[in-house]
Amino acid sequence: MKVKQILALVLALVMCFALASCGEKKPTDTPSDTPDVTEDAPQGDVSFEKEGVIKLGGIGPITGDLAQYGVAVQLGAELAVAEINAAGGINGYEVAFKMEDDTGAADIAVNAYNALKDWGMQTLVGTVTSTPCVAVSAEAVNDNMLLLTPSGSSIDAISAGDTCFRVCFSDDNQGIVAADYIADKGLATKVGVIFNSSDSYSTGIKDNLVAEAAKKGLEIVATEAFTNDNATDFSAQLNNVKDAGAELVFLSMYYTPASLLLKQAKDMGYAPIFFGPDGMDGILGMENFDTSLAEGLRYLTPFLENATDDATVKFVESFKAKYPDRASYLNQFAADAYDAIYALKAAYELADVTPETSVSDAGNLLKDALTKVSVDGVTGTAMVWSADGEPQKQPRVAIINNGVVEAA
Amino acid sequence: MAKKINSPLEKKSAGLRPVTKKNLVTLGIVTVFYVLFQTLSSLGVLKNAYQSLLVPICYSVIMAVSLNLVVGVLGELSIGHAGFMCVGAYCGAFFSVVTKNSFEIGWLRFLIAMIIGAVAAAIAGFLIGIPVLRLKGDYLAIVTLAFGEIIKSVVNVLYIGRDDAGFHIAMDSAKVGLQEGGVMILNGPQGITGTPRNSNFTVGFILVMLTLIIVTNLMDSRTGRAVMSLRDNRIAAESIGVNVTKYKLTAFVISAAIAGVAGVLYAHNLNALTANTNNFGYNMSIMILVYVVLGGLGSIRGSVIAAALLYSLPEIFRGVGQYRMLLYAIVLIVMMIVNNGAFFVQYKEKLKHRIRGGRKEAA
Repeated sequence: MKVKQILALVLALVMCFALASCGEKKPTDTPSDTPDVTEDAPQGDVSFEKEGVIKLGGIGPITGDLAQYGVAVQLGAELAVAEINAAGGINGYEVAFKMEDDTGAADIAVNAYNALKDWGMQTLVGTVTSTPCVAVSAEAVNDNMLLLTPSGSSIDAISAGDTCFRVCFSDDNQGIVAADYIADKGLATKVGVIFNSSDSYSTGIKDNLVAEAAKKGLEIVATEAFTNDNATDFSAQLNNVKDAGAELVFLSMYYTPASLLLKQAKDMGYAPIFFGPDGMDGILGMENFDTSLAEGLRYLTPFLENATDDATVKFVESFKAKYPDRASYLNQFAADAYDAIYALKAAYELADVTPETSVSDAGNLLKDALTKVSVDGVTGTAMVWSADGEPQKQPRVAIINNGVVEAA
Repeated sequence: MAKKINSPLEKKSAGLRPVTKKNLVTLGIVTVFYVLFQTLSSLGVLKNAYQSLLVPICYSVIMAVSLNLVVGVLGELSIGHAGFMCVGAYCGAFFSVVTKNSFEIGWLRFLIAMIIGAVAAAIAGFLIGIPVLRLKGDYLAIVTLAFGEIIKSVVNVLYIGRDDAGFHIAMDSAKVGLQEGGVMILNGPQGITGTPRNSNFTVGFILVMLTLIIVTNLMDSRTGRAVMSLRDNRIAAESIGVNVTKYKLTAFVISAAIAGVAGVLYAHNLNALTANTNNFGYNMSIMILVYVVLGGLGSIRGSVIAAALLYSLPEIFRGVGQYRMLLYAIVLIVMMIVNNGAFFVQYKEKLKHRIRGGRKEAA
């Protein structure tokens, strides 16, 4: 008995150490076979003119329910960093990017931020989700560090101070743009809204959609709420919007509950126009999801994989080349992160920031530079930033046709 | 530092009861840790990553000790404890945000926020305790779980704003009806933002010490003995005239109040307060229960050590990247098995014996 127990303990310990050493070899936890950009010396024959490394940190959910977003941001950012390094770096310095996990929680995100500070992070690309961003942006403003979130879309995410910027649209902007689009294109006059009342992203978009709809003469016939805890059965909400006579149902939520909702709508034979925010992006990549359910679904997106502009084509090609078996992560989060790194590159070059520049000085220089650069990225051409950190670019609407995402 | 703290104890130890000595040792351990980490952090040796763990460890410890009062001392399984933390956090943060601009003295405002959080959580504990404590065992556990979820859901649909006309409360953001210049304070699922960040390690340490003193003294009091008699044999206790409802409620309410204080500490450590499954839902409640079970039911010192250790483990494992949470789960399983295994229990007994034997010889 005793021997068995000791044996079990030893085996468990061996397993732990084996795992630990696996991790140590690849501290960036890049889940792919690609060369490690952060720790290794420059790849290939690129030689950097100057000593030192520009350290960019990233924070996002790499594990847990929202890992799809965090990993996409990580892959997109690492792709951009690898490209920049291959082309000689920023101002002649090599760039390093390190992603830390926050599981989507605010308190863990602050821990991750501090861990990155220990590593020597100069600028933060993150956080990926909104609520952690509110907490981390307060820390970043405290340190006067430049924070550029690829996808933190709530209003509060970057309102902490003038060193906070974002690449994606704010929730305000999404709700307004969606209402304008529905009204201008004449998609429907009676609109039903289903939203997740325990999620700030969902409620933020819903509030602004409802407000803008009133101005545009759209009739909101029903607003139905659900919460994270009952996000499996939508029959009550669907029946209510159906009874209210909605021609278009706006799904103000992420794609996970939406996939179940679409299934239940089909089962009850209800087929209005479904319209969603950018959280719908990635619905076709879900495991075990019958893509025919999403047929005709429209959503806002800053990034379309089969768009034909040069930037998108180049991004899609290099993404697929670098991560051949991870195509499901090729979404707007990866694109936002890719653009974030290139926007930082432009700002770094304009402000002539080096690895020796202190975090606070870099923050001051970069926040001015970011308002002066114009970036032609994957999520929009001629992206410019105002001093409040909001980007200005044209939104796009996607529609799912025969299992493929197309521009609507 | 360690010597300084221990020396006055040893002089007196001849006259102290074993229980008091045990409690003083627990307080001593906490103090030594505080002094150690405070020194390291003021010298700038402590990494940022570990500095940011200090306050969370404090509120985890407080939560574990307060839950131990219900689970270990009263002997009732409660798995909705994070709900009380939630009440404390929201009430405390609400007060602080409202008075942020009008109250000049930061520490006094924080103290009042603490008291408000504790009182609000105690009231919630009292109201919930009346129906819940009529149940026993599994039934009680499930009802506490439900109440914890109710609390979390309620704060997620509440919208409270303030303008010149006063406060506006609604269950729908569109119906708050703020005038021009009004501010949303509690914004549904977006929670409360902009809480002043008054929490620091020293405050956390003081609260941990207070919690330990309150709980250990309660356990050693007439009330505490009555509570424990209910745990050990309810019928026997009732037959000698112990008022079941009174003592059960007392333990439950005190535990809730302490959890409320932990919530206030939590809320003032971040400036984004939202209620989700991981911080105030059943995930958190179960996590606290894990601290208590690992530390040992009824063992206050065990709760302190287990909470501090288990909270910091996922952060210590950051080095292993994406295997972090997997490794954490494995370590948790191993700890649970080993801590309860015959081998380790024997070893602990031997160690205890040796220490005691050594002391006697020395004396």
